[in-house]
Amino acid sequence: MASNWFRFAAPASFYPTAGRLIPVFWILTGVCLLAGLYWGFFQTPDQLGGSNAQKEYYRIIFIHVPAAWMSMWLYVVMVGWAAIGLVFNTRLSFMMANAIAPTGAIFTFLALWTGSFWGRPSWGTYWDWDPRLTTELILFFMYIGYIALHSAIDDTRRADRAAALLAIVGLVMVPLIFWSVNCPDPNQCAALHQRSNLTQIEGNILFSMLAVTFGFWMYSFATTLMRLRSIILTREADNTWVQELLVKGDRA
Amino acid sequence: MLRVFWCVLLRDLTLALRRRTDVLTTLFFFIIVVSLFPLGVGTERQILQILGPGVVWVAALLASMLALERLFAADYEDGTLEQMVLTAQPLSLLVLAKITAHWLLTGLPLVLIAPLVGMQYHLSDDAILIMMVALLLGTPVLSLIGAIGAALTLGLRGGGILLSLLILPLYIPVLVYGAGAVTASGIDMADTRPYLALLGAFLVAALTFAPLASSAALKISIE
Repeated sequence: MASNWFRFAAPASFYPTAGRLIPVFWILTGVCLLAGLYWGFFQTPDQLGGSNAQKEYYRIIFIHVPAAWMSMWLYVVMVGWAAIGLVFNTRLSFMMANAIAPTGAIFTFLALWTGSFWGRPSWGTYWDWDPRLTTELILFFMYIGYIALHSAIDDTRRADRAAALLAIVGLVMVPLIFWSVNCPDPNQCAALHQRSNLTQIEGNILFSMLAVTFGFWMYSFATTLMRLRSIILTREADNTWVQELLVKGDRA
Repeated sequence: MLRVFWCVLLRDLTLALRRRTDVLTTLFFFIIVVSLFPLGVGTERQILQILGPGVVWVAALLASMLALERLFAADYEDGTLEQMVLTAQPLSLLVLAKITAHWLLTGLPLVLIAPLVGMQYHLSDDAILIMMVALLLGTPVLSLIGAIGAALTLGLRGGGILLSLLILPLYIPVLVYGAGAVTASGIDMADTRPYLALLGAFLVAALTFAPLASSAALKISIE
């Protein structure tokens, strides 16, 4: 069977597929979040660390870390779609990048927000100019810049391509910005985030963290596809298939 | 190729020097912003010495950003830019010439006025010297990165504010190392070398990639 790589690049053929996928992703989101949060609240130790233990409040990690991971990952995915759009000139890729941006911005904000609530009891401050906090804040600005540029340009084609280019330039800058706020000399500035890696984390905590991350990921798919469907409808409003769809009232 | 570069460079410089106020406004904006800070935070010598490097760099960022709007705007309005895109010459070369002219008119004056500003903040001679070198390396990077944003926001309503939203986050590395170099000079002059080396590296990278990105952005904006 000759498969056509670009079959789903046409908004008309992806629209119903997206509609069928959305419930699946919502169910996966629900299952993963419930499992992850249940495990995180009831199957993990009550406190962490030795002498200066973090009590119950450390559980915010189950939202904070997955949100931070997703915020970075979604930016990469967004740039990926934007680049594909620029290379292959496919409209749907730009719509995809566009649909991802708000979800990414929300996760960035969530990571900052939960982080500052976690920082208050454990570091004694809501905000500090720690490298990771600063980079996350800048990532938030980049999402806002992308959304702002896109909405400022009336011509859709130009808006798509200009915002895509900005996102790509932004991706090149992210490592630079990260290293710059991480300061050239580690002795000069203290990082509040401790160095960590996944192998050091206690098994139950790791499990629920990964489960919530997976849940957030599925949530991103669901919301992105929902947003994508409305973007498709708005942009293709003049096409026959959309008008037939509206007449039939088919919501699938 | 070199002749085209010179041609565009001289044209832009001539045009700008016929309307000198534009150039001077940027410079005076820089001086006024820098002079306002001591009035706001107090005039104690120690505070000013700590704040100085950062304030100078933030003011330089804002000044170069304000001027960016004009980088392509006039040529875009009278159609010159379209002709430039259509010429057989590589667009990135023309863009590089325009950026160079822009830097000579807005970046270089900031470098030259830096000693005056340094004295306002009671910086030592060494610190002023390092500040000038850092500005000399850093302000071209600001113009180069800014050109991408200027090309993207060409002809948009509210372009100026949008431009700042897009470009200021990208200026952060230059700000951090530029101000860092001046601060480090207060401890030991040898400490400033890594900062200056990194600024130089940014300059080389920006010189290589920014004209390409700006010309891509211009093509998107014009088509």
